[in-house]
Formats: sequence, structure tokens, C-alpha cells
Amino acid sequence: MAMFIRIDVDDAVVARTPGLAVKLAEVCPVNIFAADSAGNRVGIVEENVDECTLCELCTQACPEGVRVVKLY
Amino acid sequence: MRFYEFESKRLFGKLGIPLPRGSKVAANAAEASAIAAEIAGPVVLKSQVLSGGRMKAGGVLFADTPEQAAAAAEKILPLKISGHSARGVLVEQRAPVAQEYYVGVTWDGIHKLPIMIFSDMGGIDIEEVAERHPEHIGKRNFSTIAPFSDYMAKELVASVGVTGSDLNRLSAIAASLARVFINYGLTLAEINPLAKLEDGRFVCLDGHIDMEDEAIDSQQAILKELSMDPAEKRQARPATQFEIDGAKIDAADHRGVAGNVVEFDGTLGLVIGAGGGSLTLFDAVRKHGGKPANYCEIGGNPSVSKTCELTKLILAKPGVEKIAVMMNVVSNTRVDIVARGVIKGVVESGFKPSEKIAIFRIPGSWETDGFAILKHYGVPYCDRTVSMYEAAGRAVANMQGR
Repeated sequence: MAMFIRIDVDDAVVARTPGLAVKLAEVCPVNIFAADSAGNRVGIVEENVDECTLCELCTQACPEGVRVVKLY
Repeated sequence: MRFYEFESKRLFGKLGIPLPRGSKVAANAAEASAIAAEIAGPVVLKSQVLSGGRMKAGGVLFADTPEQAAAAAEKILPLKISGHSARGVLVEQRAPVAQEYYVGVTWDGIHKLPIMIFSDMGGIDIEEVAERHPEHIGKRNFSTIAPFSDYMAKELVASVGVTGSDLNRLSAIAASLARVFINYGLTLAEINPLAKLEDGRFVCLDGHIDMEDEAIDSQQAILKELSMDPAEKRQARPATQFEIDGAKIDAADHRGVAGNVVEFDGTLGLVIGAGGGSLTLFDAVRKHGGKPANYCEIGGNPSVSKTCELTKLILAKPGVEKIAVMMNVVSNTRVDIVARGVIKGVVESGFKPSEKIAIFRIPGSWETDGFAILKHYGVPYCDRTVSMYEAAGRAVANMQGR
């Protein structure tokens, strides 16, 4: 369970934007996102969440559907 | 990289430093007997291990005949000395000694130059001579850039009162040693004892060499010539399980460094590093009266999970009461990432960060976030206005309940 960071994803936004799930998985340098095989849903790899570098690449890729929350 | 005595002597011999007759390594009793027969006289047989205390452990024996040499080798070869098995047994001529000297070259961290040391009291620990008989020791620094001149060695040897032909002969040996030190990227080149035999000859009876690890790549040619494997790990003692586990943590994740873990028997675990910070901080803890449980080096922005695993390893070590997390000012390592890793390691070990972390002193990149995390968990921390030395003092004071 992540102690320092929480990632909120709006599944509806990801689902209605073609290629976004794959894009999120690509841009994250620490592999927090994993796209499903169909490429229209994204899951969170819980063990990597605390590795988040706060680079904001995910929020830039999906400003309306991804939120990175500091838990401190 | 530490050299065995026989390897040190081969390198000394290459530069013209005189060695006892024979001076060959035997792998078994038959070879020891053959070398002794070749020498045709009294011999000394010495276990080839990378640790001291050979004489006390029975790793040095004398023989007058090849048969005795074979018997001595059979006793020496199976001996384990300080946990080390013998690489072989060095067999060389045993000749009557008139006087023993010491000559060594090492690195002077204060002057940031090599330093050559000479004493007319060899055969014993040079630190002991320095403490009890400082008048019998001469020292001088020299440059690694300017060519080394023999007169520098001569001045040094003369400074302890050596004169005449002895001065000339000893100066030549000392000068050769200085050149060995410079040419081969060494951190230590030492002959102790350097003996004057009763027949007037000078020979190197025992010698030590340490090569700087960073020089190994550039010294492939000489290592090959000496049949030394550059990849071989040579340590003063076998790695402990704690150290092996530390190396595994470092190897398991390519992100950053959390390695060079060395075990000590203290109570304060150390998560330390950055630009020479580890050595400085380790020494500072000791200077303040603290007892480190370990040495380590972190840097290069290790991942949260890597720092977490290192923290858990240190906290699981018997006797560790608290940990101190300290680094020099960091630029490419992120304060918040290290803070996350350490706190996670403490929590996953079942402890409260506020109680288990004696001090967190890592200023630099992303320190605002790092300090916010530390504040959130109630961990005592400080910024760059607190020196590394002072931070180490705070850690020791915290341990002592002050």
C-alpha cells in the first residue's frame, strides 16, 4: 500500500479517449500505469506508486482524468 | 585491490627492489621441497593469505632441509588464518639479519599528496614506532605530477641518521618504491621489514601492496603479467551475511546506489553517502563517541524500494537501536525519494519513524518535499545550515537520550 502518493484516475475519461491508456503507461518513468490488453482501461501498479517522481507527465497526458495526490 | 605478499614481491622485483633468494610460491609440499632444494640452505615458508597474524597462527615456519620444507608446507597449506585459506606457501631463503628497516608509501589525505615514510626500526607495527619512538621515523610528501627524484628518498632516509653506503642503498630502494606507487596507481606500497643482512645486502623480507580500485582498469597489463584476475574480490575478511545481503539489494535494482555495506558491531545504523560523505559521516559518528553498526554508500538517486530494503536490512541487524540518515548536499539524489524509502523501511520493519530515526540530514534537491514528509512523520531533521559533523553529533546525542 502506497504511503506517500495516491493516483486518482477517472476511468470514464480514459475510456473515451482512444490511446490514452497506452499513453499513460508509456509516459510514466516508474511504471505506475498498466494498460489493459484492449488499451481502453488503465490500472494502477500499487507497488510502484511510492516511486512517483512527481514529473507530471501523466497529468500532462491526461489533465482531466489523472490526479497525483501527495499524502504528506 | 590487495596483493598477496608474493604478488607484491614480484612487482617489487620488477622495479629492481632486491628480494631473498628463491621467493617462489608452492602449491603443495613437493613444490615447496623443490624450491628449498634449489635455494640449498635454510628457508622460511609463509602462508599466502590476505590478513595479518600469520606468525601467531602458525602460518610462518622455518626449515633447514627440503624434507623439513615439505613437512612445513603440509602444516601451513590447510591452515585457515582469520577465515582465509592460503593461496599457496611462499618459500624463500632465510638469511641472518643485522638490522631491520621500514619503508612505505601511502596517500596523505591531509596534504592530498603521496607520503613516503622511513624508519630504522622495522619489523614492528609502524604506528607503534610513530607513537613510542617518533624520532626514528622520517616522512615526506612528494608530487604525483613532477618526476620523482632520488634525492627526495635520500633526504628522507638520512633524516633518521642513516649514512654512508647504507644511505645510498636504502635510498635507491625507497625511490623505487615511490615509483612503484606512482606508476601502478597504488594506495599502499610497503616493505616491512626491509632487512640489512649480515653479509651487507639489503632485501625485502615482507611487503604489502594495495591498488586503488579505480586504477584496476588502467593497470590491466601489469595485473595480467602478475597472473592476477582484475575481477577477483579481495577483502581483509570474508563478507558477512549482512554484507552479502546488502550487495544483493544493490544488485537487484539498477536505480542509484545503495551498496558497499560493511558490518560493524555498534548500535547506530547508518544510511549515509554522497560525494565522500559516507567516510566523513562514519568518522564523525565515531568522533562523537557513537558506535556505527554499519558503513554504506547511497547515492545516484536510489529508488524508494531500494532505500527501503537497505533500511530494513540495517534495522534487522541485531543490536541496532536507531538509524541516522545523513548525506552531503545532494544534487542528483532526491531528498524526498530517500525520505520516502527510509520511512517506508522503518514502518515495514514495525517501528515508528519518529522513534527509530535519530537524525535525517540530507539537504539539496527536492528538500522542500523531503522535509514535508519528515515533518509529517515526526522525524528529527535538519538542513544544510547544520554541518555533517554537527548532524552526526546530534545523532549520537539522540542515541544517548540527550
